[in-house]
Amino acid sequence: MDMLDPLIYAEKWMLEGKEVVIATVIKTWGSAPRPVGSHLAICEDGTFEGSVSGGCVEGAVIEEASEVMKSGQPKTLEFGVADETAWRVGLSCGGRIEIYLERVG
Amino acid sequence: MDPNLLKQLNVERAARQACAVVIDLADGRDRLVKKADSSAVQGPLGVAVQVALRSGKSSIFETEGRYFFINAHVPALRIVVIGAVHISQALVQIARAVGYSIEIIDPRTAFATAERFPDVDLHAEWPEDYLKNHPLDAYTAMVAVTHDPKIDDTALIEALIANCLYVGALGSRKTHEKRVERLIAAGVSAPAIERIASPIGLDIGAASPGEIAVAIMAQIIEALRRHDGA
Repeated sequence: MDMLDPLIYAEKWMLEGKEVVIATVIKTWGSAPRPVGSHLAICEDGTFEGSVSGGCVEGAVIEEASEVMKSGQPKTLEFGVADETAWRVGLSCGGRIEIYLERVG
Repeated sequence: MDPNLLKQLNVERAARQACAVVIDLADGRDRLVKKADSSAVQGPLGVAVQVALRSGKSSIFETEGRYFFINAHVPALRIVVIGAVHISQALVQIARAVGYSIEIIDPRTAFATAERFPDVDLHAEWPEDYLKNHPLDAYTAMVAVTHDPKIDDTALIEALIANCLYVGALGSRKTHEKRVERLIAAGVSAPAIERIASPIGLDIGAASPGEIAVAIMAQIIEALRRHDGA
């Protein structure tokens, strides 16, 4: 199996007793860099593996992940180019994506 | 995500078993559905899970005002090539560009050399021996290009039994007619034999080994992306 696999890392971190959040692309509109189902796994120590975009929104997702890590409440984020009301970070490709964040455990 | 679900999901993926994670987006509850057990999920959601497992496409599914995310995990395509020939050398390079894993098997040690196939998953073994330890599955494409029935035939039969998503065999129409006779004699059913792509590759008039490799890869992609008949 691919060693860059985010779900493998998520399990590894979990078994090390660390808090882990998994972010998943659950919906895309227009041209989106990563297909629905793509994962980004985020560890409490700041390490992350995988991707949910071409690198444009990962920073914002990782920031949000720390909140999900604390609360344990899943959360859905939306990123788009023209969407001023949602998030400051946009996708340069002009697409829109919805990302689901959940804590492991 | 439930920790046990994550563990089980990785076990299934490592074993190249198709499965889906279904998340209730209202409360975050999740469950793992293995392909073999997918009929256990009732109603429209069950149908949606089965469609996702067939197509490999993940999506949000709405039923009775509830939203579920179905994440289909289907194994990555693997190409098994019987024959360390000139076409295979080109196919290796194309597979790398497309991002598919590829294995080359040829018992003829003059063909299966590391010089001819640098950095390739290459095995100088008889297909029946190799496949015993590396079984085929529905997410594998079988490409038989040795031209030698002694080497190709068993691999083709194994591929049909395993329901490989693509089964192609090199050879002219005449060569294929003889192959069909042999496979029938070996007890392979007519519909199964029909699944063999021969002459191999999309009909683009390919002539050189590199061109034939392109035609084969295009046919494999077609089998993968249009396997639902769409």
